[in-house]
Formats: sequence, structure tokens, C-alpha cells
Amino acid sequence: MSAGGSTTTTDAATAVSRTVDDGDSVYLAGFGHLVPYALGHELIRQSCRDLTLVRPVVIHLADQIVAAGCASKVVFSWLGGPATERALADGLPFEEYSHYGMVARLSAGARKLPFAPLRSYVGSDLPAHNDRIRTVESPYGSEEITVLPPLAPDVTLVHAQRADPAGNAHVLGLTGDVRDAVLAAETVVLSVEEIVDPAVIAADPARTIVLGEEVDYLVEAPFGAHPSYAHGYYDTDRDLFDWPETADTPEGAAAWLDEWVYGLDRGAYLDRVGVERLLGLRPAARTVDAVNWEGDR
Amino acid sequence: MTYTDAELMVATAARELRDGESVFAGLGLPSVACTLAKRTHAPDIRIVYESGIVGADPTEQVPYAIAAPELVRGTTATVPMVELFDRYLQGGKLDVGFLGGAQVDRYGNINSTVIGDYDDPDVRLPGSGGACEIACNVPRTLIVMPHERRRFPESVDFVTSPGYVGGREGRAARDLPGGPAVVITDKAVLRFDDAGEAYVDQLHPGVERGAVQAATGWDLAFADEVGETPPPDEATVRLVRERLDPDGTHLGED
Repeated sequence: MSAGGSTTTTDAATAVSRTVDDGDSVYLAGFGHLVPYALGHELIRQSCRDLTLVRPVVIHLADQIVAAGCASKVVFSWLGGPATERALADGLPFEEYSHYGMVARLSAGARKLPFAPLRSYVGSDLPAHNDRIRTVESPYGSEEITVLPPLAPDVTLVHAQRADPAGNAHVLGLTGDVRDAVLAAETVVLSVEEIVDPAVIAADPARTIVLGEEVDYLVEAPFGAHPSYAHGYYDTDRDLFDWPETADTPEGAAAWLDEWVYGLDRGAYLDRVGVERLLGLRPAARTVDAVNWEGDR
Repeated sequence: MTYTDAELMVATAARELRDGESVFAGLGLPSVACTLAKRTHAPDIRIVYESGIVGADPTEQVPYAIAAPELVRGTTATVPMVELFDRYLQGGKLDVGFLGGAQVDRYGNINSTVIGDYDDPDVRLPGSGGACEIACNVPRTLIVMPHERRRFPESVDFVTSPGYVGGREGRAARDLPGGPAVVITDKAVLRFDDAGEAYVDQLHPGVERGAVQAATGWDLAFADEVGETPPPDEATVRLVRERLDPDGTHLGED
């Protein structure tokens, strides 16, 4: 959270260069939705190094960042990325949890608690290989409960559909891990599909998942989650989700990064994808009757 | 009408679901089984995904991913992931969960983490995802696996998701509720006895006992009266093939 609560609006390259230092822990928010590609690819372009990369699912974006040599450690709960599999085999340090463990850790970080109690890992072999998964006895009885350390990333990179100029942001559809990832982090970079008038945000306050006070840098990045999706704006571009196959060899991974990341800014990336193809991802309009928030029925 | 192994497994898995239950689904065959149940005998099941989807009701093809926009459209609720895990799953609101993996042992313990040693594995697998907490919290887990000897060792290389641990007493001693109810393979349906050990309850049509034993890494027990798994009827096969998984996204080409 920024001390003064001020949000700076800038471009992705500037936001990442001002917030991410070598050695930082960086959380990439978004579970299969609103994956922060525009911001995440900046880590690669700027040759960030020694990052502790934290993300529940490591298969596409996080795996690309590992392939580019930006990470000296990964923290995850599901691994499907070939570059990270190779890196682990070569000795890249890692910490492994489950999905519940990851979001429970973020939640404890957001709430400034010393640990997160949860019912999981009992009977599993994972605690024997990750000594941060521990148990404590309940102070109100003899029950043993699993506990995990809080997660408070140095920087969270996150994407949402729209925000007002102060950074108050709506998330439509799945919110996943977004809210706690923002609240738990020291510094937050938020990219959005569009910056809108504050009245648009205030008209539907239940969708405001991120408060501007938490946002240090705000970036307007249309299609900023492509090739993942932004509910209501565009669907997943499945044809560009070929990373796990392409990156099956180090050469394939390097060629993909050359084609889609190095030497392009996000505008050039979108040009390469093509306007027609991007517009083809737009979902059909689907409206509901206007909501009567209060007043007579 | 002829049917594939995957179609038989889907139909068998769907039959395990009772109307009105809340089901923690996963990608692939479990998604198709849940949707099949909802379209047939269990219209009021609530389908839940770890992405935060509660009450999914895909009207046509079962979507390709558990956070797909097609799954969000028409769902009853979307909730933050932490809420799904701690309020709904840990809070005891879910009745059944699907699990799968690379290995399952005689007590229903599942490995989806590594083949070989954790620190120097022969094969690194995806890991838990949400599987470990599903195994720790739902009253009934349904395990779906291809039946091969390397996948059915006497004990798994790594316990990602606990079944009956070393038997029902082992699970009870850890205060874990429920446990595995069934293992559905491409050869048979296995259930668990009073000790928590898997036995063959049904053989699929045309499958001999010897073939199941040969594909299993321990001396398998068989029910006193081993039944035959009912094949899927024509309407079920058509529904799966033409509507729920027309491209073979979830069930493969077979």
C-alpha cells in the first residue's frame, strides 16, 4: 500500500521499472482469468533477476518468466510449465504448497496475521518436504491444526477490467486471488482494460475488488491479459496458448520469447496478434435488466 | 451402440452422484461426468470448481478450462478462491470431490507430485493444486484413473492426497472425515472394505479378473459376488459425444 494513498498513472514499462528491484518477491495474480501478461512480460523485457516468483499455477506466464532467467526461486501449488520443470531439475530452489495453502497464506498476509490455520496436508507427504508447513495445538483444546506462514509479496502485478483514475477497480466474473494479492503486497501495480469515470465504478460498488489506496501504479493496457481473458471484454485466445508445447525444448522457449516478448512493446505485440483476431475474441453482449438498488418495487 | 472406455467411465462416475449433492469437479472426465449427471438423473446437483465457480451449468459443450468464461456464464455464484476453500470446502458444504493422479495405492492414497524421490525425481508431476484439501475435507472422494500396473503400486511414491492412509484407522486417527468411496478405472470399479483396502466390486463388460490383477501392483481382493458394470445406454453416449464433449477435449479420441 502506498503511504500517501496516491496512485500514479503511467505505462507498463515505467511502472515495472519503478517498482520491481532485483531480488524482490513478485506475485502474479489471476487464476485462469485476468492473467497480467502486459505487466509480466515487462519483467522479461527489463531482464529482472533473482526474483522470488510466486504464483499458484505455473504453466504459461510464470513459466515464460522462469524461461527468461528472471527467477532465483519459485513458489507454487500447481506446476505444468516445461521451463520450470527443467529449472527445478537443474536445482532452482522452490517451495511447494496446495491451492488452498497459497490463498490462505495470502489471506494471512492481507490480515497481518503471524500464520494461517487450515485443514489440509494431514496424511500428505508434503509437510515432510516443506518445513514451513507446520502444526500447532489449539489453545482452546488439544486439537492439532496445520499452519502456514503469511505471504506478503514485495510487489503484486494484477490486471482488472476497469478502474477510475484513483485506481478503484472493478473485477467482472471470477475474482480468484485478486483481492488478497493486492491487500497483502507492499507495492501494487494494477493494469486495466480501461480507465473510466469514477461514476462508473460507484454505480456498481459490489464489483469494486481493488481500492485505489492500495494501488501504487495504474496502467491502462487494453487486452493486457491477452492471451488469457478478461470477462466481458475478450475471451481466451486458445491459439496462442501453445507455450507448454512450444517450450518443450529450451530452443522452442527462446524462439517464442523472441517472437512475442523481446523487442516488442505491448502495442507491437497486439499489432502482431492482429486487430481482426483480437476483435474476434470479443464476447457477445449480454445485459441484464437494470438493478433497482433501493426504492419502491 | 458401441462406446469407448472413457464413455463407460464417465457414465459410471455420473451414477455415483446423487441429486442435490454439491460436487467439487475437476478438469477432464470429472467435468463431463458432473454435467452428464446434471443433464440426466441429478438435475439439482451443484457443480463447484476451485477457480471460485459455484453452481456451474454449462448449457452446451463442457468448457476447456476450470476458469473458462463459458463456465462463468450461467453459474449461480462466483466467489473468491479463499472463500471457496475455507467457507465451502473446509466449512463442510461440499459432499463429493473428484480426484485423479499418476498413482493410487491399495488404501486410496493418491500421488500427483513426483515419480521417484521428491528431491531428485524421475518425473516431476503437477503437484496438489486443490486435490490435497479436497481429500482432507469432503465426505466422499471419487477417484478416476486408467488401470495400469505402474499407476496402481502397492504404495505410492509420494502421498499428495490422503486416502485411508494406512487403513481406515489411520484416517480416523488423523481426524479426517470420510475418504475414498470408489476407484473407477478403464477395467473395473473398486470400492473399499472395512479395513480401508480397495477391492474389485464390478468388472467392466468383457474384462477378466486376471487382466485387472495383472494391471495392479498388489494381490487384489474381489467381492464375493463381482458384478458387471452396466454399459452406457445410447442416449448417454449420444449426449456425451454430440453435446458435452464433441471435440474430445475431455475424453480424448480413444
